[in-house]
Amino acid sequence: MALLRHGRVGSCHRVFSETGFGECAARDVIVTLRSFLEDQTSPTPHREDVGIRLRPDDDPALLANNLDAVSLIEVEFPKYTDGRGYSIAQLLRRRYGYSGELRAVGQILRDQLLLMKRSGFDAVAFDHPDTEGVYAEAVGELSEVYQAAADGSISIFLRRRTDLSPGRLT
Amino acid sequence: MYRYDEFDEGLVRQRARQFRGQVERRLAGELPEEHFKPLRLQNGVYLQLHAYMLRVAIPYGQLDGAKLRGLAEIADRYDKRYGHFTTRQNIQFNWIRLEDMPEVLDRLADFGMHAIQTSGNCIRNVTSDPFAGAGADEVEDPRPWCEIIRQWSTFHPEFSHLPRKFKIAVSGGGHDRAAIRVHDIGLDLKRNSEGEIGFEVICGGGLGRTPHVGVTVREWISKPDLLSYLEAIMRVYNRHGRRDNKYKARIKILVNELGEAGFRKLVEEEFAAQHESEKVVLPQTEINRIEAYFAPPVFDAALPTSEIFDAARKTDKSLDRWARHNVRPHKIPGYASILVSLKPLGAPPGDATSDQMRAIADIADRYAGGDIRVAHEQDLVLTHVRLDDVPSVFAALQAAGLATANGGLITDIIACPGLDYCNLANARSISVANSIQEAFSDPNLEDLIGRLHLNISGCINACGHHHVGHIGILGVDKKGEEFYQVLFGGRADERAAIGEIAGPGLRHEDIAPALKRVVERYLVLRSSPEETFIDTLERLGQAPFREALYGAS
Repeated sequence: MALLRHGRVGSCHRVFSETGFGECAARDVIVTLRSFLEDQTSPTPHREDVGIRLRPDDDPALLANNLDAVSLIEVEFPKYTDGRGYSIAQLLRRRYGYSGELRAVGQILRDQLLLMKRSGFDAVAFDHPDTEGVYAEAVGELSEVYQAAADGSISIFLRRRTDLSPGRLT
Repeated sequence: MYRYDEFDEGLVRQRARQFRGQVERRLAGELPEEHFKPLRLQNGVYLQLHAYMLRVAIPYGQLDGAKLRGLAEIADRYDKRYGHFTTRQNIQFNWIRLEDMPEVLDRLADFGMHAIQTSGNCIRNVTSDPFAGAGADEVEDPRPWCEIIRQWSTFHPEFSHLPRKFKIAVSGGGHDRAAIRVHDIGLDLKRNSEGEIGFEVICGGGLGRTPHVGVTVREWISKPDLLSYLEAIMRVYNRHGRRDNKYKARIKILVNELGEAGFRKLVEEEFAAQHESEKVVLPQTEINRIEAYFAPPVFDAALPTSEIFDAARKTDKSLDRWARHNVRPHKIPGYASILVSLKPLGAPPGDATSDQMRAIADIADRYAGGDIRVAHEQDLVLTHVRLDDVPSVFAALQAAGLATANGGLITDIIACPGLDYCNLANARSISVANSIQEAFSDPNLEDLIGRLHLNISGCINACGHHHVGHIGILGVDKKGEEFYQVLFGGRADERAAIGEIAGPGLRHEDIAPALKRVVERYLVLRSSPEETFIDTLERLGQAPFREALYGAS
């Protein structure tokens, strides 16, 4: 499975651990939300470089006070039709101010990539013979947006305002 | 009406290009049907019994002459010279080849139309009152807000893969002619105690397998807060709506499972938690810009009555009868709105031929300022017509076979396409509708009966809104044979109610005679000619009508 960060192929050495950190360093694993929250109340919590994988029914609000410890959040899309991950991403980026890597994993199809980018995902696990090319094409298909979202785009509602100069918009 | 600016037009063009690529990948075998399905659905393309069907969006049901002529051209070039107007104020073409779809979407874009979000698990075409801007009872014209919601909901990154489809309807206050209480979200323009105009927010209505009348989530929300409030509702639904069973995935099920108070609490908490930076910013200049497109036309100062019209009615009985049922009051003296019935005897309800579309476009351009609306009853409305012109409009409609005088009557039937087209249907709808129309084809009888809404669905998905007909008919399949259940007492207006099933289903051929007995019973039981069927039913309950339905004398 290829990993794209900002549309470029990258790599990640972390492995997903269902059972928590164990003896591993935080930067080597990805743990569940539950493992992370349990660890935070332990005598020796991991306070930096933590990677977490969220299921679609996980509540990102539970992370709100601990986000400084986190550098990677994976959001799982068990099926491409399951849109809960988009709300999770918007909440993490816009409400809780998460600025680390936000990665979509699971069943991801080309035509979801633009929605994911707009929702604040900067990384995605996605396979295609021409991963970078397809990503660039897919996220470039619609150049204007009617909504502000986690990607910082300016909505058409605002773009139409003639009393705002482009400088103030960006 | 609203005109696309460079932003709207650019996006529609890009979307058409995007879909062209998707169709090419499908035809080349790169995309399996399973993965293509949600993509084609978000572009209005269904796979029906016999062919692909394309549903074209008519935002809040508004058309003009040029757009309607454009639809006629699509019908001629790519379909079988007709189209079907739907209960969601859209139009469907039943026979378009998949290979032609990209070209059709390009052509639609040429006259400012598209098929964006007319199906799929996203926010669908926003619907409204077909008399918006003309009704004397409205607090304010709802169309600018429909357009604002259209834009906000188009390609919304967070709400494009909802648990299920999502339908929003907006009414301008006064009588509800947009069925807002049976939509996922219904919005009603109203004043708060300070006199400021905002919206009542109703949520969780819907028909289908588990019909519900919506509940009021917010008595009043201000205009600047509307879109942020809608985002709060949508997020609660997107996160918490059921995804394990598509038949329990609509928001009405969530509202029902959480209870009215529980659902409201989640929405209000989400709304309260929004940071300033998360709010949808809709500048007042932008509201003004969009509102300007819906400014009322320049009306002539005219008398409240028209000598020309009155004189014509006296001499022409067919005009007089048609006017009684199809000419509706207008807020401006000397004007009327005209209902163009698409329910002639013996044709599929809601269908119009390409020639009829062009005729209506011409009539609208000449007499109605080009303003045409699609009503959820599957009829068309010419919104602003001078009373002096009504006789000419009638003559022109007659010439096009469009002067059926049955607006709001028992033969003005809402019906889904049923088993003749649809791969979900259990039974035919069109032929049942036609048999009922035949049974009540005597104009004197129909005049005597007066207002009676009859809705037919060919399966429990309820596209023909059978739950909210004063009389509803539901087609079911019993061991390979079509049967029809009858419901009594539904209504889609401000007193929305779900009809109750009267009893066992009837055979196709028994429906029309049974309904005749029901209606005859009503004529005997009503307290006065002014008491409508639904009023009599509400006064007496369904027992006498059930008795008549099953033939007891």
